[in-house]
Amino acid sequence: MKYLAFATGMMAATAAVAETPVLTVYTYDSFVSDWGPGPAVEAAFEETCGCDLKLVGAGDGAALLARLKLEGARSDADVVLGLDTSLTGAAAATGLFAPHGQTVTTDVPNPFGEAGSWDDANFLPYDWGYFAFVYDTTKLENAPASFEELAASDVKIVIQDPRSSTPGLGLLLWVKEQYGDGAAAMWEGLADNVVTVTKGWSEAYGLFLEGEADMVLSYTTSPAYHIIAEEDQSKAAAAFPSHYMQIEVAGKLAGTDQPELADQFLSFMVSDGFQSIIPTTNWMYPAFTPAAGVPDAFAAPIAPEQARLIATDKVQAIRDEALAEWLGALSQ
Amino acid sequence: MAGRAVAVRRWPGIGAAALVAALVLGTLLAVALRAEAGRGLGPSDWAAIRFTLVQSVLSAAISVALAIPVARALSRRRFFGRRVLITLLGAPFILPVIVAVLGLLAVFGRSGILNEALRWLGLPEVQVYGLHGVVLAHVFFNLPLATRLILQGWQQVPAERFRLAAQLGFGPREMWRVIEAPMLLRVVPPAAAVIFAICLSSFAVALTLGGGPKATTVELAIYQAFRFDFDLGRAALLSCVQLVLVGIAALVALKLSGNESFGAGLDRAVRRWDSAGLGRISLDSAVIALAVLFLLLPMSLVVIDGVLGIAKMPAQVWKAAGVSVVVSLGSTALMLAFALPIAIAAAGKSSWLEAIGLFGIASSPLVIGTGLFIVIYPIADPFDFAFPVTALVNAIMALPFALRILVGPTRDVVQGYGRLSLSLGLTGRQWLRIVYLPRMRAPLGFACGLTAALSMGDLGVIALFADPETATLPLQMYRLMGSYRMEAASGAALLLLVLSFGLFWLFDRGGRGHADS
Amino acid sequence: MLTLENTLIRQGEFSLTADFSIQPGMRVAVIGPSGAGKSTLLNLLAGFLDPETGRVLNQGQDMTRAAPGERPLAMLFQDNNLFPHLTVAQNVGLGIRPDLRLDATQASRVEAALKRVGLEGYGPRKPAALSGGQQSRVALARVLVQDKPWVLLDEPFAALGPALKVEMLDLVAEVLDETGAGLLMVSHDPQDARRIAPHTVLVADGVAYAPTATRDLLDNPPPALRTYLG
Repeated sequence: MKYLAFATGMMAATAAVAETPVLTVYTYDSFVSDWGPGPAVEAAFEETCGCDLKLVGAGDGAALLARLKLEGARSDADVVLGLDTSLTGAAAATGLFAPHGQTVTTDVPNPFGEAGSWDDANFLPYDWGYFAFVYDTTKLENAPASFEELAASDVKIVIQDPRSSTPGLGLLLWVKEQYGDGAAAMWEGLADNVVTVTKGWSEAYGLFLEGEADMVLSYTTSPAYHIIAEEDQSKAAAAFPSHYMQIEVAGKLAGTDQPELADQFLSFMVSDGFQSIIPTTNWMYPAFTPAAGVPDAFAAPIAPEQARLIATDKVQAIRDEALAEWLGALSQ
Repeated sequence: MAGRAVAVRRWPGIGAAALVAALVLGTLLAVALRAEAGRGLGPSDWAAIRFTLVQSVLSAAISVALAIPVARALSRRRFFGRRVLITLLGAPFILPVIVAVLGLLAVFGRSGILNEALRWLGLPEVQVYGLHGVVLAHVFFNLPLATRLILQGWQQVPAERFRLAAQLGFGPREMWRVIEAPMLLRVVPPAAAVIFAICLSSFAVALTLGGGPKATTVELAIYQAFRFDFDLGRAALLSCVQLVLVGIAALVALKLSGNESFGAGLDRAVRRWDSAGLGRISLDSAVIALAVLFLLLPMSLVVIDGVLGIAKMPAQVWKAAGVSVVVSLGSTALMLAFALPIAIAAAGKSSWLEAIGLFGIASSPLVIGTGLFIVIYPIADPFDFAFPVTALVNAIMALPFALRILVGPTRDVVQGYGRLSLSLGLTGRQWLRIVYLPRMRAPLGFACGLTAALSMGDLGVIALFADPETATLPLQMYRLMGSYRMEAASGAALLLLVLSFGLFWLFDRGGRGHADS
Repeated sequence: MLTLENTLIRQGEFSLTADFSIQPGMRVAVIGPSGAGKSTLLNLLAGFLDPETGRVLNQGQDMTRAAPGERPLAMLFQDNNLFPHLTVAQNVGLGIRPDLRLDATQASRVEAALKRVGLEGYGPRKPAALSGGQQSRVALARVLVQDKPWVLLDEPFAALGPALKVEMLDLVAEVLDETGAGLLMVSHDPQDARRIAPHTVLVADGVAYAPTATRDLLDNPPPALRTYLG
């Protein structure tokens, strides 16, 4: 153990001696793994920045925010990448973030304003997706096309707990946004379809692949993974009349000691160099479609007439009520 | 009375226990102090406490109740492959939770073997999700542990007692009344308390098998307090509730079990004369077969799944495996540093010390991890401490098992040979080397094996501290799952199973005593 | 000389007082009703029990607080006199050096002691492979190499048959003749006392009385002893 601690210390020391500026980016775990966007992003950015990009994985989006709150203004992080729109309200309220100062035109659908506009002063988007129920076309023939159809069917679904999972929270907000005061009734209708609720996305998706449920809450982009990485065409996302969005964003910390590098990173993030890495590593839509476009498997999915999203400043208030309804309906 | 029967001092044990308590309570305090005003415990938290209590009591009771016939059968029968079987039965306990759950569902789930068979027979299907599913999963995890702990009780009955029993013509009933029941009374309550403590901090298993939010446990409520509400005060409060519940369980167990020794024997090979008769043989065989089926069928499905995935594992997995082995050996060493002094002190008149060990397993890893983070952060970069902290926390988590395994035999050594050692001037280090360690080989091997394996498989707190270079194998496996690579994850799970098992086997075999000769 | 100076031991309801000395080389039987405190007396001398009041002296030196291993006595218990995981030679060797790092001279002393008790060549065996009588002999061999001025026997031969017990007691007597050590021996059998212990300590009614001549005591027993002897 001593040796390992020593070795880590040595590595840190070597970096310091070289006097290369270090940009520390906190992100979620799957971003930094070998098969995630991390390695390619790091290589591409370090080519031009003359710096050392240090990606630090800290659980998932919500864990990331909790970590940041624990560290407070003294955090080593210069940039945080991986919060989503259900967390940015709470993140901004910490006062730890600085405005990015950039004006961008994004390809993320905007349910609130003009197409392409982006009006969050603290955070910039890098990818996005729609939550959707994914199923196996060889096993489920007539996939329900709405929550009403799902509730009326005997199709079994596995979902994630909103208290411990980002997609779980997404589904909670989706139903609340779509049904408002009728959300509790909808959950009561769905209760007999829910096989079980899992701690996180991985468990739910694992159960689905094992055949424990006909459908799993995931993303419209999930089938693209199976098509591209596994040449498996059998997975599809059920098209509902509308889908709730998840937009993943990054922001610069006010306490950064590398403000220029952080700005440079955010500019890089919205450029082709970063955006072209995203689809086949993070399996989400790039927020700024790169010149080369996205793989065909991404082009196919649903184009919802109506993208749903709750404004970040309202999420906090709505989710507690929605959670109470969810707990009430599924605890019976 | 001022008696002296311990050849080594008690204060190192009391010191070690104090250190454990300080770590558990200190991290809790660190979290509590960092808290802003929260909303305290609400009705949903109380519901979580109630559910946690119900499922933990049921899981512990059923695990030990089923373990008694299995251990009895294993202790009465000698057959080819018995030793390997006893080791194999430990597998579910050392698997990462999610892997074991998937294995379990491959048997009992909606499209599992059981329901396929029922459909084929035209019978109604069995629904696994619900309180019974939670208990089923916890029994699956803990039956092996309970069996081993209770089997150890049988093994500690010296061969001389069985001879005497045979000589007196004891049948199974007398055997039960005179030898087995008193032995079980000593062994079962603490074993149940340990399992109760494990189930108390269950989260992912309870939620998944419980079928929804009605299966919300205290640990999930803590999770929610952390990441949904960022209410550290409530998290600390809930963690206190866990500790209080475990404290009560420990007190009850201590009260029930007493601490008299089995007495010493001469290490003769155990032979049983009470096991003949066709009825008894077929009963024992059936019990063993059922246990094997229940425990090993899901495991073999995990193995089959994993073989296909091995080829798809990225290189990072192998590196993580190396890290995990190092961390696991580190926590084994740390566990010994805590457990040996505590066991020796607890073997004297401080049997309450063993209860301290239970706090480790009952307290939330999230709270301990966060507490350590809060404590380390102002002083140093927590990442630099990823390995030592993980090894330490894993050691603390394994402590209650280690103590349960070590305290009884330690008491036997101290009570059986304490006076002789003292009269010969065998004290301190010499006593450890010449008397204690040689006599403790079997339980020490078991305890080390269990700790090493648990540490291999435990996600622990590494997730809070790890950067990409320092992931352990379970963390790497979760990361693979988190990015759709379920097959590679199955491969990693198999690798994890093989490594955990290998470590467990090496230690356990190294120390196996007279029980299996 | 071993001295118990106004000692009082209390264990719950039970108490035992003793106030007497034993001359060097004396062989003393300790007899009395069951539960009267015979073993307690030996445990007090050996240092396993601390007196509530009074002192335990050796040659006038206070050893009340001395550790059992530092006292000038070797003790054999009712059972568990050997470590099952150690060989016969190691069990004996413990009497010379508790750390078992024996040099050649010490090793030959072990072998000589084993020979003296009739177990030549048994050194490498484990206790479980020996008979009860042989195990007792190993323990005696250890007493021999311990070479302490006092030997305390807490009925170590109780489990042996009458003939074997007599044989062991005779062996003890021979060993004592050679080493000149004194003896304190708990016994239930007055014949044992007559056989090798010219003096006897009577333990009854919470008191361990000063040693008196065994023959006189057994021939004219006081009332407490008379009930016990039946």
